[in-house]
Amino acid sequence: MTHLDQEQLTLAYYGEVDAESARHLNGCPECKLQFDRIKASLDSFPEYPAPERTDSYGKDVWLRLLPQLPVKSRRRPWLSWWTMAPAFASLVAIAFLAGMLTQRNRQVPAITAEARERVLLMAMSDHLERSQILLVELAHAAPGANELKVERARARDLITENQLLRDTARSAGDMSRAALLDDLERVLLAIANGGAEDLDALKERMQGNDLLFKVRVMSANTRQEGRKL
Amino acid sequence: MEWTDSAAAEEARKGDQRAFGALVERHSRSVFRLAFRMTGNEQDAEDLVQETFLKAYKQLHRFDGRSAFGTWLYRIAANCSLDLIRARKNRAERQTSASSSEAIDLLDQVAAPGPSPERLARSGQVASLLKPALEQLTDLERTAFVLRHYEGCGIAEIAGMLGVETNAAKHSVFRAVQKLRRALQPVVEVAQ
Repeated sequence: MTHLDQEQLTLAYYGEVDAESARHLNGCPECKLQFDRIKASLDSFPEYPAPERTDSYGKDVWLRLLPQLPVKSRRRPWLSWWTMAPAFASLVAIAFLAGMLTQRNRQVPAITAEARERVLLMAMSDHLERSQILLVELAHAAPGANELKVERARARDLITENQLLRDTARSAGDMSRAALLDDLERVLLAIANGGAEDLDALKERMQGNDLLFKVRVMSANTRQEGRKL
Repeated sequence: MEWTDSAAAEEARKGDQRAFGALVERHSRSVFRLAFRMTGNEQDAEDLVQETFLKAYKQLHRFDGRSAFGTWLYRIAANCSLDLIRARKNRAERQTSASSSEAIDLLDQVAAPGPSPERLARSGQVASLLKPALEQLTDLERTAFVLRHYEGCGIAEIAGMLGVETNAAKHSVFRAVQKLRRALQPVVEVAQ
């Protein structure tokens, strides 16, 4: 192999050399001599220190940068229209069934009582499941995270649905479900309104009445009942 | 919350500013160091840190995670620095032609009679030669050299950052080293 040129020798100093050239360099005294001269020269290049920055520099940069950042909408997969579609569908179904229940004396239902109850149970189970996801996320939210804009918006969406389901359950004489939905509504309102309670207080409240556990059990039982029908 | 770079970038891309804040806090010092070494000016480096992160935030959707976030950020910082250097050169050229001031040749300056190498080394002025020497390099040479010699980036990485072929990055580093060795020769000989 021919001797390495100055460029190859320089790049060898930085470890940017192919295996064949490296082997040659190790076995060729002439190239080694040239390489040592380049190495000595580059080793003695002066340092180029940057002015020191304090430990809080990153935070300072962030604080200066924050007001300049353009606002981005926080998009989550579950907020996409196709994932929200079932929620809207169940809301429509609940509204329809609630209307039928309140006007049952005046109209002849077009569907059987069994089918109606099954749809209602599945809608309620779906609602409880989405409420449960929200509560779990809040239970695991970082301490001090009071900017829960997305969670508050979701809570607001769930409140309307929750009220319809609670009234429907009460009309149907299902007092245990109505009571749970009452408890759930209070927490959803607290989340939606914010300010009144911080995250830690919300967590305490959820833990205090085992709300998450109750919602989970009720959701599973409701779904099972609906499937049996 | 302690995020990895890629997890924080993913969250930031979804709009979580806290996640982006974590990235800013983590990488600010290294971006500042790179910007300072490229521009040689503390205030310019400060401005470049802001510009780099602002640009990164706006372009987060382009970060595909194939390279490390730090590498991607370095690429932005290096390009922002290059833009600033070019703009500064253009300004300087306009001013120079207007005032008909004489250009300073670094090599002449180094070779000119004056303090001996021993005295330069002793008085700690060695590093002060580096800045004007770096300013004599082309933008590509300077950037490639700083990234390779001082920041420890690989040639392939540098090529990716600067959007040039690997061979072009190699040549740039080599040419920069040749020029700097010539410019710093008296000092380097003392050090040896």
